[in-house]
Amino acid sequence: MADSPIAVEHHNPALKHHFSDMEQQREASSLGMWLFLATEIMFFGGMFCAYLIYRYWYFPDFAAASSSLDITLGTVNTAVLICSSLTVVMAVRAAQLGKRQEQVVYLALTLVLGLAFLGIKGIEWTSKFKEHHIPGPTFNFEGSLPGHPDQPVDQHHAQLFFSLYFAMTGMHALHMIIGVGIFSYLLYYAWKGKYTPEYHTPLENSGLYWHFVDIVWIYLFPLLYLIDRKK
Amino acid sequence: MSEHVVSAKTNIAVWLTLLVLTGVTAGVAFIDLGPFNTVVALVIATLKALLVVLIFMHVKYTSEKLVKAVVLSAVFFLLLLLGLSLADYTTRLLM
Repeated sequence: MADSPIAVEHHNPALKHHFSDMEQQREASSLGMWLFLATEIMFFGGMFCAYLIYRYWYFPDFAAASSSLDITLGTVNTAVLICSSLTVVMAVRAAQLGKRQEQVVYLALTLVLGLAFLGIKGIEWTSKFKEHHIPGPTFNFEGSLPGHPDQPVDQHHAQLFFSLYFAMTGMHALHMIIGVGIFSYLLYYAWKGKYTPEYHTPLENSGLYWHFVDIVWIYLFPLLYLIDRKK
Repeated sequence: MSEHVVSAKTNIAVWLTLLVLTGVTAGVAFIDLGPFNTVVALVIATLKALLVVLIFMHVKYTSEKLVKAVVLSAVFFLLLLLGLSLADYTTRLLM
């Protein structure tokens, strides 16, 4: 390799020896993250499949159960995640342009928004606990089928909705918690000046993960909260 | 990932579009469209997801063709899972 142009090139200390240049390393890392996200799509996809089948079978009971979710908090949380995706994109952009201070600000904002999402989720789950909508021995859903005040909701079907609700939003929240951990790490190293225009791969790939979790919620929100809201 | 830097203006335009689409989703839920409520909600959600994938996640700007192949493959397998499962369960005749 002594005569190759790469050998004489002054290389970035972040360049690992099995890559020929930073661009190849960056593209390989990015491809790796995308392959992981492909597995995550199938992972959440399984739960979405189960949800869609039961919703098809027990639509009226699912509609009644869905109406007990707080649509305002759900919409606000969707907006919170969309804002956090913007701050992530702006953080990566700041790294591309070599602006350390800006990176730190946007990463900190992302963290705050992520924690806000989790806080609102906590509030929602607490109210579900108080209403006895958590599946288990104390489960009790009071209500009638939409448009039929004389027909009570089937307890088994309502419990099924909430099992799926907690499984899916719980798994999503776990991904958010992991994301908050990753971004705390990124915030620290960004503050130390580790991410430059030549090397900011951890920022980019963590951003991909965060956007993916946002997309999962973009589908969860209408499917769980907006089954049947017509008055 | 290409080194193409997305302009702040584009990022903000996408962000505002996503917020507006969220509001539309919530608003339309209160209008009676029968079975089309679900269709409209999912179409809007897919539009939002497309904006995030293409622009925020850079897929529109990448020079790495394999990334696009991986994304399309993942979506294909997801649709295969959902499509075949639903084709079975929704066409069963139950008592």
